[in-house]
Amino acid sequence: MMGKLETMTAAVDAPLLAVDGLTKMYGARVGCTDVSFNLWPGEVLGIVGESGSGKSTLLSCLAGHLAADAGRVVFATRDGPRDLRALSEPDRRRLGRTDLAYVHQNPRDGLRMGVSAGGNVGERLMAVGARHYGSIRDAALDWLGRVEIDEGRIDDRPSAFSGGMQQRLQIARSLVMAPRLVFMDEPTGGLDVSVQARLLDLLRGLVREMGLSAVIVTHDLAVVRLLADRLMVMKGGQVVEQGLTDQVLDDPQHAYTQLLVSSVLQV
Amino acid sequence: MREAAYNFAYLDEETKRMIRRAILKGVAVPGYQVPFASREMPMPYGWGTGGVQVTAACLVPEDCLKVIDQGADDTTNAVSIRKFFQRTAGVEVTERTAEATLIQTRHRIPEAPLSEGQILVYQVPIPEPLRFLEPSETETRKMHALQEYGVMHVKLYEDIARNGEIATSYAYPVKVEGRYVMDPSPIPKFDNPKLHRSSALQLFGAGREQRIYALPPYSAAVSLDFDDFPFAASKAPHDCDLCGAAESYLDEVIIDDAGGRMFVCSDADFCRTRREAGHAGQLAAGEAA
Repeated sequence: MMGKLETMTAAVDAPLLAVDGLTKMYGARVGCTDVSFNLWPGEVLGIVGESGSGKSTLLSCLAGHLAADAGRVVFATRDGPRDLRALSEPDRRRLGRTDLAYVHQNPRDGLRMGVSAGGNVGERLMAVGARHYGSIRDAALDWLGRVEIDEGRIDDRPSAFSGGMQQRLQIARSLVMAPRLVFMDEPTGGLDVSVQARLLDLLRGLVREMGLSAVIVTHDLAVVRLLADRLMVMKGGQVVEQGLTDQVLDDPQHAYTQLLVSSVLQV
Repeated sequence: MREAAYNFAYLDEETKRMIRRAILKGVAVPGYQVPFASREMPMPYGWGTGGVQVTAACLVPEDCLKVIDQGADDTTNAVSIRKFFQRTAGVEVTERTAEATLIQTRHRIPEAPLSEGQILVYQVPIPEPLRFLEPSETETRKMHALQEYGVMHVKLYEDIARNGEIATSYAYPVKVEGRYVMDPSPIPKFDNPKLHRSSALQLFGAGREQRIYALPPYSAAVSLDFDDFPFAASKAPHDCDLCGAAESYLDEVIIDDAGGRMFVCSDADFCRTRREAGHAGQLAAGEAA
């Protein structure tokens, strides 16, 4: 009994993503500087801050879209912990298709606009070797259902979809491989409030159901309140405060966080 | 009958050397697109400038040349290229597939099986099979290097989703020796099985795009498909109306303004050889009369 318990705690003891001293400079300007945090399996981390605070830079560095200047990003791959910055490009790209996923703010950046919804969802499956049309289509139908897109729309192109549907399709496309870590950059940006609410509801369901670990960048405090377990507040490229979401939002310590929380309009 | 003012086969020897090096590299890495310094040729891009340069680099005075355009030897493109090499290289020319040592082709592979020692040169408009899915050249090179070919199946998936079957009917992508995905030039997919383990050396030249690639003899070229939608080499469901052949690729010819049509072999040499051997199709008698 003891042995089993020990191995279980050992598994949970290792963070899924351990970031240490991550720094990205744009010439003399600061992108983000000395960011360190651990993300644990099944945890959702929110990153908030005003425009230009470095949150999107940080996310791009984590996902490998931007090359950071210093620091370590250690991801617990299926073969043990690896520093993503030191991975070879083929390995990083392979990881980007299987274990990692990235949801763009603008669905047009994450979707193939000239390819049908089914093809968009199935692309990753085909990229890792799925060669059975019927089963690819079944998986696509299943995922369209999960993101509440009508099955009859499977052969329509994303350009015929509304903004909210495009975003949901992008989420289906990203999650079809059951990634272990999802990066989301303003997933609700540019959507009207009722569509936002539905998307948040959906995301929350998926996160709970799949036990997803996620890093969500947003400037919308309501989004992190609903989705994130923990919160990091950024300003001027630095993390000024971090803690449990409710704790940070209800009892903000840093002057900037206090300003941020008090700036939200109450209707 | 070569005009003395030209070097043999038009190109200077240094250029031929450069092209031969690219060809050798292509043969060494089957299916890989080798960049080469394509020259201006005395014909417009799209008329086979890549194929002509490969042919010029391979020709020797003892060669017997055949030029095919859409299966026929007497169409504009074939006639002008054949004349070009008669004038600049003075080599023997033929219309018979079996007699030729070097065949330059556009859009077809001859029906008659090719043999060892023959070279088949294809004219290629767009050598990059990933081009219409990924516009960036640096990205497509990276995708080839890392064998990221999933997107090719997205294209086939789209075909099935829209048309109920793989509707791509020409320039059908093949995987060469289990490694590189290759565009076989706009040959009908009916010809794809002939690429596979062919006895002849197959060379592909794209002049405007400045790429050469190759299928060495007996190399594997497998058409991409799905397990539940396997590749099928399709043709019009008819026999040739002139020679009666049931297994050759057919052209549909409109013969009047009342909807009348006939189907004839696209490979003119194949059709003539069969008719000379006494085969006749439905409309052959009418033609004779």
